[in-house]
Amino acid sequence: MLKFVVKRLFWMIPSLFAVSFLAFVLIQLPPGDFVTTYIATLASSNEVIDQNTAASLRERFGLDQPMLIQYFKWIWGILTRGDFGISFEWQQPVSGLIWERMALTLILALVSLIATWALALPIGVYSAVKKYSIGDYTFTAFTFFGLSIPSFLLALVLMYVAAVEFGADVGGLFSPEYETASWSLAKMYDLLTHLWLPVAILAISSTASLIRVMRANMLDELPKPYVTTARAKGLSEFRLLIKYPLRIALNPFISTIAWLLPNLISGSVVVAIVLNLPTAAPLLLQSLMAQDMYLAGAFVLLICALTLIGSLISDILLALVDPRIRLE
Amino acid sequence: MVDVSITNIRPDRAAVASQWQLIWWAFKRHRLAMAALVVTLAMYIVALVPGFFAINDPIMQNARSTFHPPQRIHLFDTTNGFQFGPHYYGMKLTRDPNTLAAVFVEDTGVKVPIAFFGRGYTYSVLGLFNTDIHLIATTDKTKPLYLFGADRLGRDVYSRTVQGAQISLSIGLVGVFLSLLLGIVLGGISGYYGGRIDFVMQRVIDFVLSLPTIPIWLALAAALPQGWPATLQYMMITIILSLTGWAQLARVVRGRFLSLRTEEFVAAARLDGVSEGRIIFRHMLPSFSSHIIASMTLAVPAMILAETSLSFLGLGLQPPTISWGVLLREAQNIRSIATAPWLFMPGLAVVVAVMALNLFGDGLRDAADPYNK
Repeated sequence: MLKFVVKRLFWMIPSLFAVSFLAFVLIQLPPGDFVTTYIATLASSNEVIDQNTAASLRERFGLDQPMLIQYFKWIWGILTRGDFGISFEWQQPVSGLIWERMALTLILALVSLIATWALALPIGVYSAVKKYSIGDYTFTAFTFFGLSIPSFLLALVLMYVAAVEFGADVGGLFSPEYETASWSLAKMYDLLTHLWLPVAILAISSTASLIRVMRANMLDELPKPYVTTARAKGLSEFRLLIKYPLRIALNPFISTIAWLLPNLISGSVVVAIVLNLPTAAPLLLQSLMAQDMYLAGAFVLLICALTLIGSLISDILLALVDPRIRLE
Repeated sequence: MVDVSITNIRPDRAAVASQWQLIWWAFKRHRLAMAALVVTLAMYIVALVPGFFAINDPIMQNARSTFHPPQRIHLFDTTNGFQFGPHYYGMKLTRDPNTLAAVFVEDTGVKVPIAFFGRGYTYSVLGLFNTDIHLIATTDKTKPLYLFGADRLGRDVYSRTVQGAQISLSIGLVGVFLSLLLGIVLGGISGYYGGRIDFVMQRVIDFVLSLPTIPIWLALAAALPQGWPATLQYMMITIILSLTGWAQLARVVRGRFLSLRTEEFVAAARLDGVSEGRIIFRHMLPSFSSHIIASMTLAVPAMILAETSLSFLGLGLQPPTISWGVLLREAQNIRSIATAPWLFMPGLAVVVAVMALNLFGDGLRDAADPYNK
């Protein structure tokens, strides 16, 4: 088991490097750089910057060096000092801007993950056991609907319903009085009262596919002889389900974390922008638009790293429940 | 294997039927999938000639009908007994005495009959020729018909939704086609040769699959210059979407290649001295093409959703290009959707299209699976 984990951890290193390089290339792609954008913004308010100032600005931000050198400087700073560079737009270190937002992104993704599993597992089992019942058809209809509606549309519709029918403001993750307050129990509670909406939106679209996975797996296991044997021995139907077929059907379920987490984080980007949540996404969009490369790069890198860690966790969990994998 | 999925076909016919014939027989029994197929075909027909199905010019602005609410079509005329005579009533613009907000009231005095195959604005059919014949046309040009209402510039939401189908539905097809090319080539190489090439390719596929797609798309789309012409933008967006979409298809193709590589008929072909290209395209590809097509059908709706999300965020297609995502940008803030909830209508089109394609793909996958009972 330990060997498996170590091997898997070792594989993370090239992936992380690839991700960091990808993030850096991605944010280098737009023509021009921050200084060009900056000059354009100034020009729109009739301020002109001469060539010398532009050049000195580029030199100060290190934008005049070749890309590879910029990349290695950047990655070296992250590895040795945890320094993600400076946000041009905000004129402060990137690390001061991202961590709270990344933490909220992670909380949102994890809570949605738990909500997804908590919903999909019992519904999937129910649909398989009561195959072709009214309940099964209802849930199947729901899964097709959940798969078809874009999450931002769901967010918009729910916002509309909340605003027009209940007169409630559902944007954001905190009430105004807690927005800048330091962390306390009251703030945590306030977060929980706001978190349910984005979690519900994200859970609806991801639960849909998971229910189908769970249902199909259970249907494969239920007619097998060992289930009949257990039933013949007089095991109660509930214990029987929990003890045998569910444990085997759970396997592909755990492996879904590898794509569920990237999906949830991806989906949360759009939902967060629509609902104006203080997570990474709105700031990422803004920094991409402004070509604030170190800020955008830090977000892309951390979000990608987060999903890599997600697939690592799923591999380890899978090895824990399935001896065939860890002994391979 | 032949007769498990088809019960009501005579065995002697099933024994000689081609694989596609078998799939079609199995598919026909799946009623929901058949309905989805009909809806899908209807939507793609609309996307082919959106001008014919539109009523008003989708880019025409009308200051007098800002946030004009949707109108109802009355099918029967009761003024002269009861007879078929589709018509609608003109709308009167009044002001709320307290808030001074514009309120549209149905004016039952003004009755406008509807003409089928009547004349409206001129549009081009696939760039081949111009015509002005529409499925539904008004007979009074001064009293426009807004089936889904109008947006903040007084543009007809129904006609814009119909027009948007062209871009939104085709971007799914083109994007999937591009990812299929990448997927077949890379997955095929990986599965056919196996060994070290396969190992490297597997790591690359795993890596691409573990990336969160939307942030990557955002970053790529942000790199597109704003001033590009619409067709170039369209091509770039499809390329961006397929850059991450190919991995799933490559994995499917690889799996099939790996399992087929050891089959007797492939070994026989190789011993006969058939070239590798011919083995791949003549002997192996046909035996899993149905499976690939089913996977492709399921990938199209994902592409449509992706384009819609990107354009909605303002990083995909840009106005004046009309796609469903671009149209939904009008519904971005709570103020405008509170006054004009009909701006959600393009979203409904997305849901219907994606649901139909999902159900169709699901049915096709079941039908293409020879082991399915």
